[in-house]
Amino acid sequence: MADELSRVFAALADPTRRDMVARLATGDATVGQLAAPYAVSMQAVSKHLKVLEAAGLISRSRDAQRRPVHLEAEVLAQATEWLERYRREAEARFQRLDAVLAEMNQESMNEEKPS
Amino acid sequence: MNNTATEATIEADPKLPIIRITRDFAATPEQLVRAHTDPEIFARWVGPDGMDTRIIEWDARNGGAWRYVAGREGEEYGFRGCFHEVGPDRIVQTFTYEGMPEGVSLETLRFEDLGNGRTRLHAQSLVDSFEGRDAWLKSGMEVGVDEGYAKLDALLADGSI
Repeated sequence: MADELSRVFAALADPTRRDMVARLATGDATVGQLAAPYAVSMQAVSKHLKVLEAAGLISRSRDAQRRPVHLEAEVLAQATEWLERYRREAEARFQRLDAVLAEMNQESMNEEKPS
Repeated sequence: MNNTATEATIEADPKLPIIRITRDFAATPEQLVRAHTDPEIFARWVGPDGMDTRIIEWDARNGGAWRYVAGREGEEYGFRGCFHEVGPDRIVQTFTYEGMPEGVSLETLRFEDLGNGRTRLHAQSLVDSFEGRDAWLKSGMEVGVDEGYAKLDALLADGSI
């Protein structure tokens, strides 16, 4: 879908959800395990997980007893990669600008020197 | 001299189709405005690398239009837009890649004076939809990334940075 990237960015904009993603990066966890570190209700945790699931960042197995939450690492990697590539391209442009600015500074210093 | 201690940071706004980039420069706001409005200086750095930038139209005044073409053998990419506002510490302009003519981005560049000849650039790009922003992030990005690294290596090697 065209706006899947935006859903991933929106899902990751929340610090609690980022925290959960970081936790899941170390391995699958149950909703109870994910909720443990936070002083929030299970409903609130459940809501966060729904946002992450809608963004494709996590999936939940059909195992009715535990339903462990699984991080879809590829979806996460792809979204951050697009942004990082865009950032690197901007940085490359700015490196060229640095060089031009350094020359501008050099020129103005030469002009200020008494001849 | 190391004048690029911090690399550009990027943020995709979760609520609006906006991309924000922040970057510090060893220059004054005035110099940065000049680097963005003097066509000869602009053509030297806008890149991407390995491409020549040809300025076709350039009127860096409020309401003035601009157009340039980046090219190398057999390939040409055109970009155009308008300078909406050119101020001492702020430039507002539109930006369209002619290969995606229906897409237009509103670019706001703010130059924050940090003192001691340093300036922080806050660049914000607003497009008309999240779909548009995603397409923007995914399009044309193959161009220039590798060349950018090579150029960076060269600048580091010759002591420019």
